[in-house]
Amino acid sequence: MKRQLYLTGVLALCAWTLVPIYFLALGALGGRDLVNTFPKPFWPGSASFTTIRDFLAIDGVAAATLVSVETACLTMLFALLLGLPAGYALARFSFPGSGLFRLLILLTRAFPVAILALPLTVGFIRLGLYDTPLGVSLLHTALALPFAVLVSSSLFQAVPRELEEAAWVFGCSKFEAARRVVLPLALPGIAAIAIFAFVISWNEVFAGAVLTVRHRTLTAYLLTVLSESPLHVQFAGGFVLILPTIAFIYAVRKHLFAMWGISNR
Amino acid sequence: MAPLLLIAPCLLFLGVLFLIPLVQTIALAFQVHGAWSLENFNTMSGDLNFHDAIVDTFAIVAIAVPLQLVLALAMAMMLRGLRRGRDIVLWIWSIPLGISDLAAGLVWLAILTDQGFLNTILFHLGVVSGPVSWLSYETPTALLIGIAVAELWRATAIVLVILVSGVQMLPKEYNEAADVFGASPWTRFTRITLPLLKPTIQTALILRTVLAFEMFAIVQAIGGRNFPVIVGEAFTWQYTNQDFGVAAAYAVVIMLISLGATLVYLRVLRTPREQLG
Amino acid sequence: MKARLAALVLAALPWAAPLAHAEDLVFLSTQLRPVEEAQKMRDAILKPSPVPTTYVADVPQVVPTRLAAERQGNTHTISVVGALHGEIQPLVATNDLAPLDTLAAQLSGRGIPPALMELGKLGTAHQMYIPWMQATYIMVANKQALPYLPKGADLNALTFAQLNEWSKAVQAATGKRMLGFPAGPQGLMHRFFEGFLYPSYTGGVVRTFRSPDAEAMWTEFAGLWKSVNPNSASYNFMQEPLLAGDVWIGFDHVARMLDALRQKPNDFVAFPAPSGPKGRGYMPVLAGLAIPNGAPDMKGATALIDYLSQPATQIKMAQTAGFFPVVAATLPDDLEPGLKLAVGAIAKTQASSDARPSLLPIGLGTQGGAFDKIYLDSFQRIVLRNEPVRATLDRQAESLRKIMTETGAPCWQPDAPSTGACPVE
Repeated sequence: MKRQLYLTGVLALCAWTLVPIYFLALGALGGRDLVNTFPKPFWPGSASFTTIRDFLAIDGVAAATLVSVETACLTMLFALLLGLPAGYALARFSFPGSGLFRLLILLTRAFPVAILALPLTVGFIRLGLYDTPLGVSLLHTALALPFAVLVSSSLFQAVPRELEEAAWVFGCSKFEAARRVVLPLALPGIAAIAIFAFVISWNEVFAGAVLTVRHRTLTAYLLTVLSESPLHVQFAGGFVLILPTIAFIYAVRKHLFAMWGISNR
Repeated sequence: MAPLLLIAPCLLFLGVLFLIPLVQTIALAFQVHGAWSLENFNTMSGDLNFHDAIVDTFAIVAIAVPLQLVLALAMAMMLRGLRRGRDIVLWIWSIPLGISDLAAGLVWLAILTDQGFLNTILFHLGVVSGPVSWLSYETPTALLIGIAVAELWRATAIVLVILVSGVQMLPKEYNEAADVFGASPWTRFTRITLPLLKPTIQTALILRTVLAFEMFAIVQAIGGRNFPVIVGEAFTWQYTNQDFGVAAAYAVVIMLISLGATLVYLRVLRTPREQLG
Repeated sequence: MKARLAALVLAALPWAAPLAHAEDLVFLSTQLRPVEEAQKMRDAILKPSPVPTTYVADVPQVVPTRLAAERQGNTHTISVVGALHGEIQPLVATNDLAPLDTLAAQLSGRGIPPALMELGKLGTAHQMYIPWMQATYIMVANKQALPYLPKGADLNALTFAQLNEWSKAVQAATGKRMLGFPAGPQGLMHRFFEGFLYPSYTGGVVRTFRSPDAEAMWTEFAGLWKSVNPNSASYNFMQEPLLAGDVWIGFDHVARMLDALRQKPNDFVAFPAPSGPKGRGYMPVLAGLAIPNGAPDMKGATALIDYLSQPATQIKMAQTAGFFPVVAATLPDDLEPGLKLAVGAIAKTQASSDARPSLLPIGLGTQGGAFDKIYLDSFQRIVLRNEPVRATLDRQAESLRKIMTETGAPCWQPDAPSTGACPVE
């Protein structure tokens, strides 16, 4: 009985996540006619992929998708390269200024990026970073870095210090110990950080729009395209934005699960 | 020396890509035509939408963030008790993690418009007889609830993932010990799990709250002009009104609020050093 | 995971380098932004053009920001800018535009009216843009609303009082508020105040901002708003609520209602905006083509503008986008029915005996948005929040006066000419 109630809860929460997406899918597949239909049907009666196909055929959607993927991968790389060492430092050492550093990190996230992209535009043009995925990814890294630092620091904090110290005893250098003992234990969490970084970049709209002209990221491109489109096209665009993220999160679900697995070891 | 070397690249990066433009922005907020002045802040506070934007933003944060924490905690605990299909459930619950503001706004727009799915359901239940509007300036409460629900839907996953990665680190021994002493699940949760999760909860709350103050695209999609929020106003001043000074003033306000919230969390959810590691 | 990550990163790196620059000419336009329109622009208009062109459509605010950034960084990507008269205006003050006198001379045989060419000089001695296309705002009504039209009212010579009566009658009959305005965040509601309501009631826009006429106007408009669909505050384009049947009578830019007229030409009628005590205020919309200083492909840019102002191209623009030719070109008789409705309403507006053309704000530079905000804020305070009319107008007049003195913009039509900054009386 209790078990049943519990499973119902789990299922209800799954529905809570999935049903809204299903509704959007209906809106995207139903085309123009469905938008003006009331009451709406709950299953795709005459589902057609016309709207979505039209949407995908729009000039620039494919190119913008590519730019988004590049930008997101670069962001992921930078966030890990810069963030993991800093997170490790915060977790393992108490050093003068660590509180200030932590505050700076939080401050980064406490400021609307949007406004920051603007003073950056001019500098980026001078450096040849304007309108390149690299340029946008730098700003996205500024966004993703606080996540990377904070999450990795709490991640490293949770890896027992004794394990590391044991490695030192066995003659590992500090770097070796960190690499061979701490890193593997923290790997699933690091995967989560990488996903965060990717997703932050994939979803960011404003900086993408300000820092590019021709090489727009997908969201930035869609923002201008969608804000003035009829509803059915907007729904199709939204659905197209969501689909890859469902797949992406599915692809890394093992790692999400692995994060879970550690505690049962 | 070692820690400084470790944080140096990160620090350098943030200095160039964050501190410099930040200082430029603050300077902009306190200048009018090149002279130091508070006029931007006067313009901002005298504006028609300023009061509403502050109230609306705080209202959404105050409603959505606690609910997100409770829901995410419940989800994390439910996951722990799940025997089979954990990875699938975790996958489904994490999907909103990857959904952008823009797309989430569209999802809820499809549901909440006059001829949307909410009204369709209500119609079949016999509650309404035709399209009813929920998102107009005449129904501020419904609008607030709608946006809060959308925000809850979109952003609970971030809290969930942070919590789950914290829960996985909990030492099993405590629970085993608690089992020996026959503690009830609720006692175990409040007395053992929750205190041990405090640093994780702190991280989750800080990140989530700060992000919530920045919410914009989702509100824009659902509420349009009827639901001004602080960041939305900053964008309007920057782009529509082309007054960078006032936009920068809004930016300073957002920063102060976020900073304040962060400090409160750091203080209230402090973890003594000896409990670390 | 590590291996996969590394693979992803490696795959990403080569793309990060800026792509080779053997690229098309970039045409940045604030017009024809909606996907379907932009796509038609690319396929029907730009594909056959002699210059390979990348069409980038973006919101008006982006143009000055981006040009300024490119100027400061001395890296130019944009060769042609297509925007409304009022959107190009601020680019003169920042010296972002190349004079087009040679091109203007070259195009003199196209039959662009001298008045429009003069507007293209933007008050300077040089041609700053070449007129591209024109449009205006009209009203569209569902035929179901026609039976409730007040007795004796002529749809093509409607007054605001009759509109009020009409929408009240529709509300009484249907129980719903079926009049609609595009007052959403991306809507063009401010143009309704600046180009239609104020000129019709007060005969001016700036001078008469806080006049007794204006006070009466706002009171009456607040009354009219009682039969306006409350979702109007979210409508950006009227074509959707019209098609959905949420709105029976709507006001908007012709291009933003064309979709409704096209899809169901038999369900709708199109007619001029109403008139008030001082005539039928209306705002002609003129878009132009300009070339930024330092454009990377000057030659291609002139060739593209030449192509876009050919009569055949202009007719095609009318058919695809609902913007009308500026050059001497006769639209074919076999226009599709929806387009015919729109053309008819525009012609009737221009030909109406009490027409009072009102230009887009001129000379405000970057303060254009702040100017629009004065009217939108007045609307929000008086109509949506029921604040007292007089006090609100006096308060907003202060801000308006500040904008006018700061920019020094002289009065424009319909206000009487001024020496120096246009006064708020």
